Amino acid sequence: MIVMAKIMGLTGNEAIAYAVKQCNVDLIAAYPITPQTIMVEVISEYVYNGEIDAEFVCAESEHSAMSACIGASLTGARVFTGTASQGLALMHEMLYIASGLRCPIVMGVANRALSAPLNIHGDHSDMMGSRDCGWIQVYAENSQEAYDWTIQAFKIAEDPRVLLPVSVNIDGFILSHCVENIVVLEDEDVARFLPPRGPLITIDPTKPITVGAICLPDYYFEVKFQQVQALKEAYKVIREVNREYKKLSGRRYDLVETYAMEDAEAAILCLGSTAGTAKVVAKELRKEGEKVGVVKPWVYRPFPEEDLIKALGDVKALAVLDRACSFGAPFNALCSDIIATLYRYEKEIKVFNCVYGLGGRDITPMEIRGIFEEALETARSERIKEHVKFVGVRE
Amino acid sequence: MVKLHELPAEELFTSGHRLCAGCAAGTIMRMTMKALRRPTVIVNATGCIQVSTTPYPYTSWRVSYVHIAFENTAAVAAGIEAAYKVLKRKGLWDKDVDVIAIAGDGGTFDIGLQALSGALERGHDFLFICYDNEAYMNTGIQRSGATPHGAATTTSPAGSKIPGKPEFKKDLIGICIAHGIEYAATASPAYWNDYITKVKKGLEINGPAVIHVFSPCPTGMRFDPSKSIELARLAVQTRYWPVYEYERGTYRLNIRVPQPKPMLDFLKMQGRFAHLFQPKFQRELEVLQRWVEDNWRRVATLCGEKV
Amino acid sequence: MRRPWGLSKTERKLGWKELPIGGYILDPGSAMKYKTGDWRAFRPVMDQKKCVNCLLCWIYCPDGAIIRLEKYVDVNYDYCKGCGICANECPVKCITMVEEGGE
Repeated sequence: MIVMAKIMGLTGNEAIAYAVKQCNVDLIAAYPITPQTIMVEVISEYVYNGEIDAEFVCAESEHSAMSACIGASLTGARVFTGTASQGLALMHEMLYIASGLRCPIVMGVANRALSAPLNIHGDHSDMMGSRDCGWIQVYAENSQEAYDWTIQAFKIAEDPRVLLPVSVNIDGFILSHCVENIVVLEDEDVARFLPPRGPLITIDPTKPITVGAICLPDYYFEVKFQQVQALKEAYKVIREVNREYKKLSGRRYDLVETYAMEDAEAAILCLGSTAGTAKVVAKELRKEGEKVGVVKPWVYRPFPEEDLIKALGDVKALAVLDRACSFGAPFNALCSDIIATLYRYEKEIKVFNCVYGLGGRDITPMEIRGIFEEALETARSERIKEHVKFVGVRE
Repeated sequence: MVKLHELPAEELFTSGHRLCAGCAAGTIMRMTMKALRRPTVIVNATGCIQVSTTPYPYTSWRVSYVHIAFENTAAVAAGIEAAYKVLKRKGLWDKDVDVIAIAGDGGTFDIGLQALSGALERGHDFLFICYDNEAYMNTGIQRSGATPHGAATTTSPAGSKIPGKPEFKKDLIGICIAHGIEYAATASPAYWNDYITKVKKGLEINGPAVIHVFSPCPTGMRFDPSKSIELARLAVQTRYWPVYEYERGTYRLNIRVPQPKPMLDFLKMQGRFAHLFQPKFQRELEVLQRWVEDNWRRVATLCGEKV
Repeated sequence: MRRPWGLSKTERKLGWKELPIGGYILDPGSAMKYKTGDWRAFRPVMDQKKCVNCLLCWIYCPDGAIIRLEKYVDVNYDYCKGCGICANECPVKCITMVEEGGE
């Protein structure tokens, strides 16, 4: 049964803010940084106009913002924050603490390049730099997905089998600042989908507990292993939440999305908005008779290995696009994970890595077409010409 | 003011912690717990207290206790205070809770200063207690912004060229008052009545309150563990540690010291100043003495006392 | 030979399935299970006849090892670390620090 919905023209930042409003969040502690600023500015407008009953803490730095979020989350409040780039890097130690202390915080990240040099435009280096922090990480291709994933994020995070923080990633400026028509749910439907958070263990002063003890070598390992298990549980929980959300909204989400992969010989795999461009190019190529497809992981952590293996099917060559650079590494973040997955499942696919779009450098349909053609060439010749390419760099 | 016999016998800060024998911080924590008025959440920075009182799975705390990281005690306290405020407003919570942020001089003066400044400026309702042992004692006695001039620490050692820390101690209370808060005070554990009264006062303030309490450390300051409280008393009696409070625009000197004891007595008790007694560093002793005198004059003047 | 970490002979360290998540300690005051009394080199001995029950030793003790009784105080030797603050602060000097293991 698809409920009544309305269409609003919202940017990615505004879409996430709108979702946060509908999710009855209790506390937002944030620090502005381009291109996330609008996200928290809109939320502060909601708070100051009384459209949402929440505390908006204008923290004096991102590090303090995440600290305040963790403190608030431990009381049982539903918490949201947003950041980007340098801000995410500044709160890096707190990300590990948030997941280590099992705080179901949801954070919107408007992915932006990391300094130096200073750059305010979109790439994935910020979240990739913190990918091991134990957070669940989701990437949106467009603002509709940003809105939908934010709502689902709260439900996933607060599930007692998970209790881990979630970051919803949107490409800086490309998604954060571009207006799209978003189908939004009614407030009551979101309220029904997300009941008020039932605190599990909180720092209730009438039942005092100690949070943040020093765990020496005899206990630390076990606490970390619990996190590993929680991320494993997250696969199941994410799928359940996706199914429920489909019933509510009619929109289907999963760990991975595929486009034209049924009989594809070559494919592109990438995160975020670039997948949208890739799909358009793939459609064109298909018309020309080329068997190409696009694989887009929605969920990056926990890494959806099984789903990806299934999605890749019988593809012979795969171009993995990374919008971040792992300096000194044989392959970059996303590609490393793919190659590791293929090795684990003993699947033979010729993979090459394309680093693109750093610092917000545009990737054009022409360039994507070039990558597809290279992938097809690799499929046919069964030879990888260049394992890691940098697409779009001027000589 | 309070009476010892009327203080609760219940120990909300229990025995069994791993603080050094004679650690004044342990005394300060026990005293603080005697001043509570209602359900309380303690937010603690990484440091001697955190590491020694919560080694998993043991905890000395019989109140809610949260430790997140080193530099963000005030930010975490702010988040907790704001969360309880909104939960109460939304009808999801029904109790009044006190939030006490406790950090050492490291987690207050230096790495923690930003978070403290932000929380004070935003006016959150919490009490911030800085237990000052005048160095990063927990990590091995490194100097902090609270280390006095001339003190030997592992990062400002008593060298043949530079005798201890060249810089001077920050005025924490001045910094806090500059944020426009209603209550700030210094204290010494030797004056238990004054300290406990101040904690009670700080809790009652609707908004941020800061207490800066001297916490002698036998290990780092190098003196006999049995003398912690004696040293805390001598610090006040030599005018090294003025005990005063600031309340809504008025400064008040709580412990008058009309006949100060000699500074040298205070310095001689502590191994961290021993090198200053070499003839070639005589000047440093004078500099430190002058700083104490200037500081006392400054505080006494603010408090409207005759100098 | 004391077992380390204050565990009794029958206790063992819990595994990841049994531990509360996040390293939370759900048992407030569990530090009481760890008796710091064996840190001592010197122990405070009270002459309770001289004690005036001023409670100064009680408020100054960093370890909460002074027990408040009706008319005087006593020492909780399970936790007393022998720092000697009580002896140093006692206004009537009724506490003497005596070497452990000595007479």
